[in-house]
Amino acid sequence: MELKRVVVTGLGSVTPVGNTPEETWANLLAGKSGAAPITQFDATNFKTQFACEVKNLNVTDYIDRKEVRKMDRYCQLAMISAMQGVKDAGLDLEKEDKNRIGVVYGVGIGGIKTFQDEVTYYGQHMADGPKFNPFFIPKMIADIASGQISIHFGFHGPNYTTTSACASSSNALADAFNLIRLGKANIIVSGGAEAAICECGVGGFNAMHALSTRNDDPEHASRPFSASRDGFIMGEGAGCLILEELEHAKARGVKIYAEMVGEGASADAHHITASHPEGLGAKLVMLNALEDAGMKPEDIDYINVHGTSTPVGDVSEAKAIKDVFGDHAYKLNISSTKSMTGHLLGAAGAVEAMVCVLSVQNDIVPPTINHEEGDNDEQLDYRMNFTFNEAQKRPVNAALSNTFGFGGHNCCVVFKKYAE
Amino acid sequence: MSEIESKVKAIIVDKLGVDEAEVKPEASFTNDLGADSLDTVELIMEFEKEFGISIPDDKAETIQTVGDAIKYIEENAK
Repeated sequence: MELKRVVVTGLGSVTPVGNTPEETWANLLAGKSGAAPITQFDATNFKTQFACEVKNLNVTDYIDRKEVRKMDRYCQLAMISAMQGVKDAGLDLEKEDKNRIGVVYGVGIGGIKTFQDEVTYYGQHMADGPKFNPFFIPKMIADIASGQISIHFGFHGPNYTTTSACASSSNALADAFNLIRLGKANIIVSGGAEAAICECGVGGFNAMHALSTRNDDPEHASRPFSASRDGFIMGEGAGCLILEELEHAKARGVKIYAEMVGEGASADAHHITASHPEGLGAKLVMLNALEDAGMKPEDIDYINVHGTSTPVGDVSEAKAIKDVFGDHAYKLNISSTKSMTGHLLGAAGAVEAMVCVLSVQNDIVPPTINHEEGDNDEQLDYRMNFTFNEAQKRPVNAALSNTFGFGGHNCCVVFKKYAE
Repeated sequence: MSEIESKVKAIIVDKLGVDEAEVKPEASFTNDLGADSLDTVELIMEFEKEFGISIPDDKAETIQTVGDAIKYIEENAK
């Protein structure tokens, strides 16, 4: 059977640098950092006391107060991104066949704050017996965001979550893409969310020595591909891409941001948290995605890397890019928007895919900020263009987004300019 | 309004997101105030916490209205 073509017709996002896609995109191009001291809990006793939090978001502007209470923060952010995406796509819900609209949202952890609160309460009141809130489980579980979104809109199509740590929402996009390609849905509201800036989240990642501890200078802490990088900065947020079957989009006469043309997945099969030192899984996943897209390495103009600003991960990914792209690795642009958003964990794939889509649409690449002259890691090849500090205008016909998760999961998605 | 009554009403307003004017003694949690089965369980738990009581499941099932809750708590609160 002939696979159907899939286009992006709507965007939604809530990130540490903006509460809408427009605001996020403008701040990314301007090189603004979303990092600041943690406000969601008292982090005085934590090794890391800063993060990239979503700011000035009034959740009840979007979600009814009564419903807000029944959602963990990750689910609230997911819902808001989906509401923005559905609105942006101009869907007329009265006319659409809702049995043909699905929701696939990726989440790395789920409602960790809800879990923390409930277990803490139990720990403090054990003598009274178990007094768990009836909303504990339905708030906490990782799949509830896709469920809540379907309930809100009445979408009866395929519905589930994808969980592969920091690759979760790339896997969501990949699955959504495949469901539409196979003719199983007209539209999938796809994306991802995470909100883990709580004691358990920060303390847990601190225990692994995964987070930057540059507490005296949060805005400059996320510095992928600089020698002085010392770990990632935890972010929170959500991203939504409305993926739609091309003929369905054309019949609606809706704007098309870009075409999704390929996805790849692989595993490092190496270590639970460390990436493969030679970037084996990273290499495989990009090759898989290019093959799926029917593209050559030379067709890619921009790679939004996983690039979390950890000592090992950035090097192995750069190696993988050189292995896959050869001399073209010096011609394409590479950037890590995590230098500004922090690491959005389960939301990273969706938000970074959105960045690729907007790069393709606007022919501009957002920067990797915080690189200082001479702060070069001898394990990296600076003939590669890491798009340091300033956005760069260039034709972007096609862009690729990498995400890698603890467990060794790798996922890669490819977008290109839409043309008949 | 007794102290128990005002506390019960405040919990209901908070948890069910309804106007205080709707929280009349005869109002049923599920039929009038939009509560589902999980909301009802949560309400009972909040009453237990607020008033330091334990409401057994068979009694909880009989608490269907605002008035039922106030009456039960008035009779059982320490």
